[in-house]
Amino acid sequence: MLEYFVQQLINGLTLGSIYGLIAIGYTMVYGIIGMINFAHGDIFMVGSFIALATFLILTSVFGFVFLPVVLLIVLIIAMLFTSAWGWTVERFAYRPLRGSFRLAPLITAIGMSIVLQNFVQVTQGARVKPLPPQIQGGVTLMEGSTENGTILVQLSYMQMIIIFTTLVLMAGFTLLISRTSLGRAQRACEQDRKMAALLGVNVDRTISLTFVMGAALAAVAGLMFLLLYGVIDFYIGFLAGVKAFTAAVLGGIGSLPGAMLGGLAIGLIEVFWSAYFTVEYKDVAAFSILAIVLIFLPSGLLGKPEVEKV
Amino acid sequence: MATRSVPLSSARDDDRLANSLRDAAIAALMVFALGFFFLGVRTDIAPGGLALTFRWGLLFSAVAIVFAGRLLLNLFVFKTSTPVTSRLADTFSGAGSSFAGLGKWLARALLIFAIVLPFFFTYFFPSKDRQYIDLAILIMTYIMLGWGLNIVVGLAGLLDLGYVAFYAVGAYSFALLAQNFGFGFWMALPLAGLLAAFWGVILGFPVLRLRGDYLAIVTLAFGEIIRVVLLNWYEFTNGPDGISGIPRPTLFGLEFSRGEGGFADFFGIPYDSIHRFIYLYYIIFVLAIITNLVTIRLRKLPVGRAWEALREDEIACRSLGINTTNTKLTAFSIGAMFGGFAGSFFATRQGFISPESFTFLESAIILAIVVLGGLGSQIGVVIASVVMIGGIEMLRNLGFLQHVFGDGFDPTQYRMLIFGLAMVLIMVWRPRGLITTREPTAVLKEKKRIGADMVAQGEGH
Amino acid sequence: MGSVVQNEIESAAPARWDQTPILSVEHLTMRFGGLVAVNDLSFNVGRGDITALIGPNGAGKTTVFNCVTGFYKPTEGRTAMRHGAGLQAGAIEEVTRSDLRYKESSQGSVYLLERMPDFEISQRAKVARTFQNIRLFGGMTALENLLVAQHNPLMIASLFTIGGIFGVPGYKKAEKQAIEKAKYWLEQVRLTDRADDPAADLPYGAQRRLEIARAMCTDPLLLCLDEPAAGLNPRESHELNELLQFIRETHGTSILLIEHDMGVVMEISDHVIVLDYGVKISDGDALHVKSDPRVIAAYLGVDDEAEIDVPEIKHDLEEVVEEAEELAAADRPKAKPKKTRPAAKASADKPVAKKAEAPAASEIKIKNAADFPGRQPHGTKKPGPAGPDSLTRIKGIGPANEKKLNTLGIWRFDQIAAWKAPEVDWVGAWLAFPGRIQREQWVKQAKTLAKGRETAFSKRVDKGEVPTSKTRKPRSGGKGGKP
Repeated sequence: MLEYFVQQLINGLTLGSIYGLIAIGYTMVYGIIGMINFAHGDIFMVGSFIALATFLILTSVFGFVFLPVVLLIVLIIAMLFTSAWGWTVERFAYRPLRGSFRLAPLITAIGMSIVLQNFVQVTQGARVKPLPPQIQGGVTLMEGSTENGTILVQLSYMQMIIIFTTLVLMAGFTLLISRTSLGRAQRACEQDRKMAALLGVNVDRTISLTFVMGAALAAVAGLMFLLLYGVIDFYIGFLAGVKAFTAAVLGGIGSLPGAMLGGLAIGLIEVFWSAYFTVEYKDVAAFSILAIVLIFLPSGLLGKPEVEKV
Repeated sequence: MATRSVPLSSARDDDRLANSLRDAAIAALMVFALGFFFLGVRTDIAPGGLALTFRWGLLFSAVAIVFAGRLLLNLFVFKTSTPVTSRLADTFSGAGSSFAGLGKWLARALLIFAIVLPFFFTYFFPSKDRQYIDLAILIMTYIMLGWGLNIVVGLAGLLDLGYVAFYAVGAYSFALLAQNFGFGFWMALPLAGLLAAFWGVILGFPVLRLRGDYLAIVTLAFGEIIRVVLLNWYEFTNGPDGISGIPRPTLFGLEFSRGEGGFADFFGIPYDSIHRFIYLYYIIFVLAIITNLVTIRLRKLPVGRAWEALREDEIACRSLGINTTNTKLTAFSIGAMFGGFAGSFFATRQGFISPESFTFLESAIILAIVVLGGLGSQIGVVIASVVMIGGIEMLRNLGFLQHVFGDGFDPTQYRMLIFGLAMVLIMVWRPRGLITTREPTAVLKEKKRIGADMVAQGEGH
Repeated sequence: MGSVVQNEIESAAPARWDQTPILSVEHLTMRFGGLVAVNDLSFNVGRGDITALIGPNGAGKTTVFNCVTGFYKPTEGRTAMRHGAGLQAGAIEEVTRSDLRYKESSQGSVYLLERMPDFEISQRAKVARTFQNIRLFGGMTALENLLVAQHNPLMIASLFTIGGIFGVPGYKKAEKQAIEKAKYWLEQVRLTDRADDPAADLPYGAQRRLEIARAMCTDPLLLCLDEPAAGLNPRESHELNELLQFIRETHGTSILLIEHDMGVVMEISDHVIVLDYGVKISDGDALHVKSDPRVIAAYLGVDDEAEIDVPEIKHDLEEVVEEAEELAAADRPKAKPKKTRPAAKASADKPVAKKAEAPAASEIKIKNAADFPGRQPHGTKKPGPAGPDSLTRIKGIGPANEKKLNTLGIWRFDQIAAWKAPEVDWVGAWLAFPGRIQREQWVKQAKTLAKGRETAFSKRVDKGEVPTSKTRKPRSGGKGGKP
């Protein structure tokens, strides 16, 4: 059943792209300030809500109908406004704790996660928000027949858009980190924040920008999620966040390609497990593989192995 | 929320006003940007798709409130020559040590109050005694969980984000033992603790060699795995429907029920459902006190010292011949055991359990209690539990706000929002928690408390 | 004090540490990826000795320590720890052949450290260690630090915690003894007054002492100290010497230490092993090692590009060391001056000693000329009618070398130009930097200069661009010129 396998592969890559986009936010923040930004999953959720509202405003209030333009505007607005949320969370809950006890920002991050979830629940209601599919159709790649009839391998336009956008963003992002002074400042802060500050890097600004970039990518993931699944609620951030963090750790935390690779791995594991075993235990599979990988490869797939300093 | 400019002592007043206005305007703008899609717009399911409602009033009142509040703060708090904030900081900087001095007396006072608590409430608040005692039971459960987790996080310095898994193992062990083999609470309790400890070892063995945040994420993953298994293993755990009809605890075989052979009947007093609550309260009180006493004792035993040494420097521990894997495992499994005890108490108290009760949020709340209280501090856990859990429950009684905001206003939905905000604010205010000193476990001449800045946080963080 | 004589003694009868070693490191190799940190290293640590492991930065000393104490698993090699006298070669071979990690018996026990996890090395093999960057339990008091070190006996006394929780009487007693022991060690390191202070609060020197006390609380048979004198002032460093002597004499603990402070090493070490680039370059007692030219070369470095001459650094170093010695001598009147001299000084001794003899002989005679390979070059008592050349115009010869060459009777370029391979070898060894003369092509330079032509270097010297060299006209016959 090659066709079935290929179809699942495509589905897994799509889901993995979304996880990868969120995971980049985790991995960058972890790289630069060494904390798990627990609220990042909820930033993703906020992003998808902003995307939904923008979409509705554009289509029902302004009456825009040309979908590509609408989606482009939604993407830009969602990235901008979600970035504002990312910036605020950092400024409000993490910056006051910079340089203090390392557990403290973890607790405020959990606190912020609770705040964001409940803020959205209070202001937008607890019920799910369905959005009818906007982009339909696709390309049939393969066709095979089984006893139950024919089976089609489809690459939908939606999936194409998701994979394409992810690739473009990843490429742009890698360039940003490796070529620009911001990227350099960021890497300098990762290595040694104090030294970077002494050399004239504005550390606070660099960290803020890291959160802003992470949030912008999470907003993209939020929009993709909305378009792909067509249903969001205030709670989607938690599981997506945990999975994306798992992806970041799996890929080797602190490594951008690692985050993407980890995202794809988690996406594929989940989809294949659901396809060939049971849907119910797909999370168990993802988490178990995380545990197994970490036990045998403690710094993840692409992370630098740490030599214990004695 | 916006950047705060440095106060200039020699700045002219109008300068200050201008700066303050600008700053407040930036803050207001930020609130507008953040709030536009959440306060200003609401999406609701309507026939034929989603409908948009605009709530300009709400959005602009939020913007106005922030603008005014920020302006007032700028003018009167942040930018005066002696900012209130610094005075606040002065007041509280000594708080750690004064708390510590108070600690002993506070602990005794709290202990005495805890002993007489049920009678206090039945005597002084006869109409609400059930509610209050129930709340006390809830708080006491969290105190016990906090103390259990404190062994792992506070003493051994291992960041465990999946503690609720052991709580669940304890609860389900008892429920299943009762359902399948007819075990009573007292028979199942030690077994539940042992099973949880066993799971602690099983889960701990592979993961404890991981360091720092990897340990955190793997424990979180294990917590989720256990919950998902409980949710989906329908034949064994009854899935999302949960297990009901879990037996109530008995007092030497006496049930707290109406009629023949019950507790009231045996002692010849009139039946009152409050008896059962009081009894439950004392069970959890005793369990919690045992947790506390064992922890205090363990700290003074070599294993406890090794835990703290492990938190300080694992490599040095290994150079001194301490088997760090075993030491971590004991911390993990003893912590898990107390979680298991608390879990089976939870099952007997509720009479019904389902995977719903064992989400990550529970783990987060327990961890927050430990960290807010001050890592490793026993009394800190008590204070944090009372404040956080008591606080959330108090927020249920916000009915009076309906008079202010109208009948459509449901105050209970703001409960978790306020809880989250409180968590952030308390942490920002006191990043090391409420009680920040460490008491040495052995003394040669004079006992000196050790300031938090000396104490390491362990590798888990 | 010639090293050849010493080598003869060594070959006649094995050194003490080779007869009854407590620890034998054999063919130890440690690779990190492509980097070979330690390469085929073998040495013995004598029972009851103070053994020093020295070497320049990056020589692999700490890596050896980490391999011995189990923090790294060596790539290859065997490290055998012996409890009980003798070589116990049979037992070691037996354990090596089996899958066992150790074999304990009433006669003695052997432990193959490379097979044991780090904690077991401390617990069973009784090897304790300290760290280069102190690793105390900062948030615990000094007393608690010493109690943690007694974890294993206390653990047994508390019946692995279970008895402790229920308060078995044996534990109370054991804890009291543990506190007594901690008190004893606190006294020895003079920290009794600070027993109840957190370790992070103690001053640096006290932290170092506390770390040693903590290691001693594990009752080690071998104590490994990683740069115990680093960051100590001369006074503290002297106290450290006394503490180590005390530990060795009173408790019979053998000590293996890494040290940079030559004063400490030379004063207290019975046995010194020198590493460079992960390879052992010298092994013997302090006297042997400090006169070993390879050690001097490794320590002072041979830098091709350096225009500052090596012996000058030596001279500066001598002064610094002498100052330090004077400081230390204020505390320590009974210091043995001969023994405390650093290695660098010892090598500088020779030419200085020769200088007094040189004018006496018409043909320059060097007493231990036979110690060096090759042939002593022909030297003349007087520079000759034309007067001496400025030898410093040769790249590689500084004022100090010029002075030494003058004591050999070498005054002019044509003398150097006449050297053949045996002379070059001899002078190289005598100046304690073998190979350098060839590399810097002194002979070729001298040939050019002797013909009255210039080299690129001599041009720079004449322009005054090389501060350490003199221009064409030497001041006064060269020999009296003070650098």
